[in-house]
Amino acid sequence: MIEINELTKRYGGTTAVNGLTFTVRPGHVTGFLGPNGAGKSTTLRLLLGLNAPTSGTATVNGRPFAGNPRGLRQVGALLDAGDVHGGRSARAHLTALAQSNRIPRGRVDEVLREVGLGSAANRRIGGFSLGMRQRLGIAAALLGDPPVLLFDEPFNGLDPEGVLWVRGLCRRLAAEGRTVFVSSHLMSEMQSTADRLIVIGRGALLADASIAEFAARGTAPGVAVRTPEADALTALLTAAGAVVRPDGGPDQLTITGLDAERVGELAFQHRIRLTELVTRTASLEQAFMELTADSVEYLAGDRT
Amino acid sequence: MTITVDSPSPAATAAAAVAEPRARFRDLLAAEWTKLWSLRSIHWALAATVLAILAANANAARSDLANYPNYSAEVKNYWFVPYWAMRDAFTNNSAWIVALAAGGIGAIAIVGEYSTGMIRTTFAAVPARRSVLAAKVAVLTGLMLVAGAVMAFGSFWLTQAILSHRHIGISISQPGALRCVIASALFPVVCALIGFGLGALIKHSATTVIATVGVLLLLPNLFNSPDKRWICDLHNLMPIAAWERLAFIGGRQQLFGPYPATITGSWLTYLIWPLVAVLLPLLLVRRRDL
Repeated sequence: MIEINELTKRYGGTTAVNGLTFTVRPGHVTGFLGPNGAGKSTTLRLLLGLNAPTSGTATVNGRPFAGNPRGLRQVGALLDAGDVHGGRSARAHLTALAQSNRIPRGRVDEVLREVGLGSAANRRIGGFSLGMRQRLGIAAALLGDPPVLLFDEPFNGLDPEGVLWVRGLCRRLAAEGRTVFVSSHLMSEMQSTADRLIVIGRGALLADASIAEFAARGTAPGVAVRTPEADALTALLTAAGAVVRPDGGPDQLTITGLDAERVGELAFQHRIRLTELVTRTASLEQAFMELTADSVEYLAGDRT
Repeated sequence: MTITVDSPSPAATAAAAVAEPRARFRDLLAAEWTKLWSLRSIHWALAATVLAILAANANAARSDLANYPNYSAEVKNYWFVPYWAMRDAFTNNSAWIVALAAGGIGAIAIVGEYSTGMIRTTFAAVPARRSVLAAKVAVLTGLMLVAGAVMAFGSFWLTQAILSHRHIGISISQPGALRCVIASALFPVVCALIGFGLGALIKHSATTVIATVGVLLLLPNLFNSPDKRWICDLHNLMPIAAWERLAFIGGRQQLFGPYPATITGSWLTYLIWPLVAVLLPLLLVRRRDL
């Protein structure tokens, strides 16, 4: 259980996190989404007590994390795969972490095997690819068998097999009743991983909802039609109470307010030929883009 | 578009605390030892330093042994035993090498964590930041103490064994000799902790190395005006000046000019520098953002 309450962090004049309030519950994978620079990493650092908040509180299992003398059995965190010393072997890195938290040495080899680094255990981390470092970071997070797991952008640098593996791992950890909080700036990574989403932009909360709720508030579901008689069909459907908009080409329409079956029936009755009739479901990606459109920090090209 | 925001429910807050073994400082010592000793650069730096020191001092003794017949009667009767004999065991060159190497190792021990970002991983695993720093200091002190003892006793034994061919060596039972050896064994500890303190405050590799060299080696040279009392006092407060005084043997104190350092004052210098270098980061580490 993670509780963030009115959390604010300012660095000089910039506000990285602005009055955030949300709760992450056990038993789910909760996605933490936002464009680059939205404040995700800062929020996680505040949660771990690495940075001090300007105001507000962040607690794990009802207590500020920084109050624990040892952390690995409380929260397992992968903040940045680069937060390691390249001069050490993977095994030495994990051994030191295990020792500091009085975790049996045998656990080191266990987690190394679990993340698929068993054969690279004695190699220097400096020679690891980003994907291997992500796996090492995940291994460190798993060391203490904690009830709360934080993964910041765990998919970065992973190959497709690795992405599938992290998804499976997150879902398994959540199924075991743990709190799993995974940040990402890509909705596509989240939609098949998370059950719930917390979306922030410019440090402020934009949405806190289940995947299904979130999808429903994106682009409204509609019907896409292609017909050589677009004008006739537009008049017909508008009369039937639908909203019809031209979509792309001169023969393409998007219809909301009527379902595909009703659109097909009306066209058939009036002998209007349809060359395409598709039900368009809401896209998470689309919903995310719309939601964060106003809070994107770095935008390619100029907005017109 | 409407957005609903879940507010934390009080009932859900009462989650069970995780059962875990009592936190022990010795676990942190073990962890910090693993961290320090698992870096190959530390092995190389230590081995190279110990060898360089032993070689430099043995070479000084060897050349004195060879040149002895040509020395004047004044040197032979007045200077050589015990003053020059002890200088061969602990040459100024070796003190410079020790200051550079030990200061550097102390700096690496902490800057390596900050510059790589490892410090965030460390503090997320052990939120008790002061305990982590204290464990680092203890491990570094222990390691440098062992290295310092090997260098100091090794240098003393080696050089005096060489000089004994002409019966111009001194024994450890010579008055003041043990103090010289102990002060030389502690010198790398003092330098390493100063490097550590600067590293913990500055956090950037290159800047820390420059600052460490500046404080340990360049600063003493700035206070170089034997006739001004306050400048001499400042010079005597420098770690390397304290070592020079403590590793000096024999009654020829005129070497130190009109305002020489005292033995007690030099031991205090040995104590205060590392104390400040360690306490300052210990006080600041809790509040700093990472």
